[in-house]
Amino acid sequence: MASDIMASEILVDPNAVFIAELKECAKLLTEKLQGNEFEDASVLIQTMMQSRDRHIFQTVGKLTRGLHNAIVNFNVDADLSKQPPKIEGSDIHDASNRLNYVIELTQKAAEKTMDMVDEAAPIASNLGQEASILRAEWARLKSRDISADEFRELYHRVDNFFEQTTIGSERLNKSLQDIVLEQGFQDLTGQVLKRVMGLINEVEKDLVHLVLMASQVEEITGLAKPEADVHEIEELIEKRKHEAEGPQINKARENVVSGQDEVDDLLSSLGF
Amino acid sequence: MKILIVDDFSTMRRIIKNLLRDLGFSNTHEADDGVTALPMLRNGDFQFLVTDWNMPGMTGIDLLRAVRADEKLATLPVLMVTAEAKRDQIIEAAQAGVNGYVVKPFTAQALKEKIEKIFERVG
Repeated sequence: MASDIMASEILVDPNAVFIAELKECAKLLTEKLQGNEFEDASVLIQTMMQSRDRHIFQTVGKLTRGLHNAIVNFNVDADLSKQPPKIEGSDIHDASNRLNYVIELTQKAAEKTMDMVDEAAPIASNLGQEASILRAEWARLKSRDISADEFRELYHRVDNFFEQTTIGSERLNKSLQDIVLEQGFQDLTGQVLKRVMGLINEVEKDLVHLVLMASQVEEITGLAKPEADVHEIEELIEKRKHEAEGPQINKARENVVSGQDEVDDLLSSLGF
Repeated sequence: MKILIVDDFSTMRRIIKNLLRDLGFSNTHEADDGVTALPMLRNGDFQFLVTDWNMPGMTGIDLLRAVRADEKLATLPVLMVTAEAKRDQIIEAAQAGVNGYVVKPFTAQALKEKIEKIFERVG
């Protein structure tokens, strides 16, 4: 794995070797200067500068190689001649297609389930209505408070009701079964999500390695973080506070309400 | 009563629409973000707006602000139905002039309560 190579390169701190070299040269330089050997001293300064340049080139080289490995790792198929580079396909690209599939599948399942319920609900409510009408008629029959004509009508109505009940319950059963079958989306989307999660973990690991390498370059070249960057980061954090981020996964998180009751409490504390 | 439901997910629009119908409101219309909702509101004498927060194009909070800033729509009752659950966001919505805030996932009962409360107050 490319990321393993990257890890071992970080373990041997290349800065340590360079710093040791620098210290050695500095010591010699002081000796030469004290002995008034300026020509030798100037050669030493040049050596030190060359050594620094070489070290920077090496570290940048490693960084580039790390980037390259990361790109190979994620199968990025990009056309770099275009500005900005056009990405034809990559694992990330593939992952977003997969996530789109999850949205499609969950939407279809939700819609189909609601269709089924829309179909079933009137059947159940019609049966219930008819049953309660028949029950009232039946009570009259039991108390013998019914005419012969009414009885004949009730007789047919009951017969009709039995037929309706048989057909209706068959349809209800079918709808319920279809609703259960429709839940199969959970399995399919679960598999896709797990794959995408794996990819995200890999990307994070490689990114951390790259950041580590880049920090070594920063350290040796003395490229400190400018003040403006710190401000920008602070602004970003402030902005994120108000940004929409969808459902909260971690309900215990600070500054997040855990349900409708807390929303109501908060609003009423604001005078709502 | 003419109601506009704004949510980018058609499933959620349908759920809200069904719940509103059960509550006796059957004159509902739909939009999938603030950009499509705003002209509908301006031309359609709606009496109630139910909106999500997180939508592409124009978000619900921006839609709310646009409604409050519009002379004709300023007093339209607005119910936010959203998964956004950060305290800062709820306060932000309150300051922008929301009339009710329901967090997803919600129950039919919660939605009913908030709607009734809004109409009680609006009169």
